[in-house]
Amino acid sequence: MLALTAATFGYDARPVVRDVSVAVARGELVALIGPNGAGKTTVARLLAGLLAPASGTARVDGRDPRLIARRALARTLAYLPQRYELAFPFTALEVVMMGRYARQRGPGFDSAEDEAAAVAALARCDVATLAARRFDTLSGGERRRVLLAQALCQGADAIILDEPTAALDPAHALAVARALVEERTRGAAIVIVTHDLDLAGRFADRIVALADGAVVADGPAAAVLRAPAVAAAFGVTLHVGALADGAPFVVAR
Amino acid sequence: MSFVGGSARLTRARWIAVMTMGLVVVGLLLVLAPLVGPGHDGRGVALMSPSALWGDGVDATIFWNVRLPRTLAAALVGAALAAAGCAFQAVLRNPLAEPFTLGVSSGASLAAVIAIRLGVASVLGTAGVGAAAVVGAVAAVALVWQLGRVGSSLPPATLILAGVTVSMFCSAAALVVQTTADFAEISRMLRWMMGGLEWTQLATVLRALPAVALGAAVLLWQGRDLNALAAGDEAAASVGVAVGRAQTLAFAAASLLVGTSIAIAGPVGFVGLIVPHALRAMVGPDHRVLVPMSLVGGAALVVVCDTVARMLGQLPVGVVTALAGGPFFLMLLVRGKRGSALWRGE
Repeated sequence: MLALTAATFGYDARPVVRDVSVAVARGELVALIGPNGAGKTTVARLLAGLLAPASGTARVDGRDPRLIARRALARTLAYLPQRYELAFPFTALEVVMMGRYARQRGPGFDSAEDEAAAVAALARCDVATLAARRFDTLSGGERRRVLLAQALCQGADAIILDEPTAALDPAHALAVARALVEERTRGAAIVIVTHDLDLAGRFADRIVALADGAVVADGPAAAVLRAPAVAAAFGVTLHVGALADGAPFVVAR
Repeated sequence: MSFVGGSARLTRARWIAVMTMGLVVVGLLLVLAPLVGPGHDGRGVALMSPSALWGDGVDATIFWNVRLPRTLAAALVGAALAAAGCAFQAVLRNPLAEPFTLGVSSGASLAAVIAIRLGVASVLGTAGVGAAAVVGAVAAVALVWQLGRVGSSLPPATLILAGVTVSMFCSAAALVVQTTADFAEISRMLRWMMGGLEWTQLATVLRALPAVALGAAVLLWQGRDLNALAAGDEAAASVGVAVGRAQTLAFAAASLLVGTSIAIAGPVGFVGLIVPHALRAMVGPDHRVLVPMSLVGGAALVVVCDTVARMLGQLPVGVVTALAGGPFFLMLLVRGKRGSALWRGE
């Protein structure tokens, strides 16, 4: 569904991503982890077709995303950026409704279906009560959940989320992870960029670890978290344990 | 009130109802405003009798040949400037963006001054100066666009800085051109730069109408694009907006509107800034409603200001929009600081 092959990219001749290959199939949840500046967000943008690799290839459903019209691409792929700042005081519902852009035609009046999708997405992300609130008056965690609702109501088969659980309390972080697992079960390809190793270990089918713009480990979550190269990339020792149900947890020392 | 806030989504029927209401208000103003004016002795306020409009009297001549074209022109100018301001603010994600801060007005004025200096007015008449103003407006936008670009993105701060710089440069250059002109040319230049609708003819209005209609139609069509662009390039692209094309189209349409407006009336300040701001506080930020309401609100504001200008002894309309708009805008600013929907991050 989503693939980067030997992709290289740099800003102003400074290489940020070097020879990265990542593939994410339908029905798979992949976490991108790595220390700050490892190139995770750039890899996510390359996967989303927002950047074009200087060398190598990016593919969405076998096609170069840069050659697909943005509207058509948005029906297939939703991307939640790390930073989202609105210039004007839209309400939470209006922000979520923007996710329906690719499914509306012409000047884009809202159909009952659009509103139903937005309301359902707000409810799934536990922000239904915030629908009429101004987005810029919400807390950081509430904003992330509203934006997740926007991505969900896009109805795409692939969702790429840059730090979807940043600023969320543990209960809401778990709720977001569960919503993503539901999407995966529905058959969507999910990529999350995250610093939450516990969440990645517990919910991701695979983890791709990056360091200095290159992939240092790619495989089943528990195996990647135990890989010496990953601990070396973070510059810490990672102690990986298992809960009673077998779910891994990580303590860094 | 927000048209898609709460459970009230923006449907076609709702949009048509809002627009009909706005158009009725503008229609009434277009009929009433030309009836109002100073009395025959030049004093007081006189209301023409509608029955006098169908004869051969002075009133009929004044109504049909002087006041009606002028009022129609005021409506076109107001609609064009307000919609353009609305588009600039959305694309640049900056509530201070408007034709003046982007250098568009100054670019148009410089081109008009050069045209007057080169004697274009005596060869092609005011239409020639107007055409030069449109070219100047578009050239200024193209220049500011190029200067403000960083790679493929258009950071609002860089763009505003480029706009202010180009604006100052064009204003200075226009002054230099004036120093080389003779008295008659300087007088014409000053009159033009002050802005005004005194000598507007119906032909001018009819020539400008297609350009304003085209620019307005593009921006009306782009309401959702402008909404998404308010969240930034990346966020807009991720919901499906072809960002580069949408920005270019909005800029082109807004420049056409501003250029045409300057060609009709010279630079008229404040309309592009205050109308979208005031309406955003009233109807919410959804550009599917805000753009058409700005067209209507801008038309209404400039028609009213021009009527006042006529009664105050043929003042340029730009003077009245600035005098009326300034305090009004400051009032909104003060209310906004207290927590209304006007400003973010207060």
